[in-house]
Amino acid sequence: MRQRGKFMFVVSALVAVHLLVLFAGFVAPYDYATQDRDHAYVHPTRVHLMDCAGRFHLRPFVYVTSLQEGALSDYREDCSQPAPIRFFTRGDEYLLAGLIPSQLHLFGVASPARLYLLGTDEFGRDQFSRIVYGGEVSLFAGLLAALLALVIGVLAGSIAGASGGWVDETIMRVSELFMAVPWFYLLLALRAVLPLKMDPVSAFILVVGVIGVLNWGQPARLVRGVVLSGREQNFVQAARGFGAGRLYILKRHLLPMTFSLALTQMAVLVPRFILAEVLLSFLGLGIGEPFPSWGNMINEAQQYHVLVSYWWMILPALVPVPVFLGYHGLADALREKLQSQVRFRGDK
Amino acid sequence: MIRYMLRRFGHALLLLVGVSLLLFILMEAAPGDFFSEARLSGEISPQTLHALRAQYGLDQPLPVRYLKWVSSAMHGDFGYSVAYNMPASTLLLPRARNTLLLTVPCLLISWLLAVPLGVLAASRRGGWIDRVYSGGTSALLGLHDLLLALLALLFALRTGAFPAGGMASLDVTGGLWVHWKDIGWHMVLPAAVLIVGSLAPILRHVRSTMLDVLDSPYMRAAEGHGINRFTLLFRHALPAAANPLISLFGLSTALLIGGSLLVEVVMSWPGLGPMVLEAILARDMFLVLGAVLLSTLFLIVGNLLADLLLYAFDPRIRTEA
Repeated sequence: MRQRGKFMFVVSALVAVHLLVLFAGFVAPYDYATQDRDHAYVHPTRVHLMDCAGRFHLRPFVYVTSLQEGALSDYREDCSQPAPIRFFTRGDEYLLAGLIPSQLHLFGVASPARLYLLGTDEFGRDQFSRIVYGGEVSLFAGLLAALLALVIGVLAGSIAGASGGWVDETIMRVSELFMAVPWFYLLLALRAVLPLKMDPVSAFILVVGVIGVLNWGQPARLVRGVVLSGREQNFVQAARGFGAGRLYILKRHLLPMTFSLALTQMAVLVPRFILAEVLLSFLGLGIGEPFPSWGNMINEAQQYHVLVSYWWMILPALVPVPVFLGYHGLADALREKLQSQVRFRGDK
Repeated sequence: MIRYMLRRFGHALLLLVGVSLLLFILMEAAPGDFFSEARLSGEISPQTLHALRAQYGLDQPLPVRYLKWVSSAMHGDFGYSVAYNMPASTLLLPRARNTLLLTVPCLLISWLLAVPLGVLAASRRGGWIDRVYSGGTSALLGLHDLLLALLALLFALRTGAFPAGGMASLDVTGGLWVHWKDIGWHMVLPAAVLIVGSLAPILRHVRSTMLDVLDSPYMRAAEGHGINRFTLLFRHALPAAANPLISLFGLSTALLIGGSLLVEVVMSWPGLGPMVLEAILARDMFLVLGAVLLSTLFLIVGNLLADLLLYAFDPRIRTEA
């Protein structure tokens, strides 16, 4: 029962995170490209309940901040200008879920006050908003790449397992080639032959494609194993005895057997591929400015002076950690389920 | 013994040939080469470009070029870097040495750490040590190399306790000993990042394979004979668990070499990583090809080593061969 509770918690947390980034425009108080040159490298805005005079307010509020005379990034709060945090406010225009134009934001403060929950970067862009928008890129790049790798892997693996002979041999040898190269080097090698500069959308498609295409080997081998053992099961033999065709058996009996394995593999591969996208963008080979990805945001923190002076710039590197933990937890839970299933089948 | 080794060796060689062919075709499929970038500048005439292509042999058909490249690669010559105007191998070999200098000690240290810890956790299954261990490895899995490298860099910059990047100080002079001490000093942080980053999967596997062994009836029988715990674990259980662990050793080299690329870039360790990145940005294909192949070679050697260890540890394989 406890296991089940943990499983549900992990799943709902992951779903929540994905919904959050899917509605990035609504959740983020600012647009990812909105610049505020007077507020470069602002410390995360302090949210108050107590005002300067020591009075308590029920509604959280922030103060208008401004740059100190002659300072590089020393922002002071102006006690005379409080601005309450409001929900469902109007702000930068965006496309809700990529379709419906809207100006409604989950929360925000009225100008001239600014609500930078996680500080701002060099151009005064809101880090929180950019992390939410960047999640859209990074999380879905991981998901789509894993889907692609699985589709190729399941196809190749089941064809190899079902047909045997030289087809099996060839597919397995080729998959070995893909797995013989350290994956990050292979990723870079394939990336090297593709154009370096491109618009964000084609870069996204390219990154997803590259990651997905290169990593079909592992799922293919696992699927092949399941299909091979499945072929020997009595009911499959019986179906063959009744004169069922190869394709029919593959579709009706063998592929459904690989389903739970594929699901587990998905949970294993997604975090790895999210990281792959992050690393590619970090190295400047993935999705580029001005569109944020967790990777290209981390890139800024690599500069020594940024790293030392503005600690909030390292946050984009921390954000993937809970996501990875969630996916790893999911993978563990699924694997346990898979094992108990196998045990159950074995008892019969 | 000889037959087994020859077979593994032949397999490794085939793999290397296959990978090089795959990469060569891949590079071929790339739109444009180094000189197509130069064409954009407009200052170089098409005739000059044509002559340059002929000079580097870029105008010959693919099979010819592959065979030529393979025959020269046999002699340790990985082609020509057009961006540096140098043979690729002169650039690559020192870099490869630096990568090995970083990864090999990390590989050894992480295994030396993981095996006793994993055995300990497995022997105390369900106890607080085991729970801390499992929680710790799960948390470690979430920490990625990039975050660790940035934190290490931050630590170095803030405290000044360790050098922030690089492999050697410029101002250190003295004998060989001083030189190596300096390099060791620079190595601490990148090595720590690499070890922490690659430890989690190894730790997990050691524990789970040990658990499988400890569950088996013969272990219970040995326990019943009153063999003391330490002998039981390290003399009887660990060798029985060695087989899957040694295979994992081969795989962990892949993990480390991949992770080392990133750590090298972030902490400016002059290994293959930064060079590969530079080469990609300069479209210097032979350099990329050489670096990727060298990394594959490391991996294959790691797997070969694992095969040999397996031969030494698992008598079943000896009778098979």
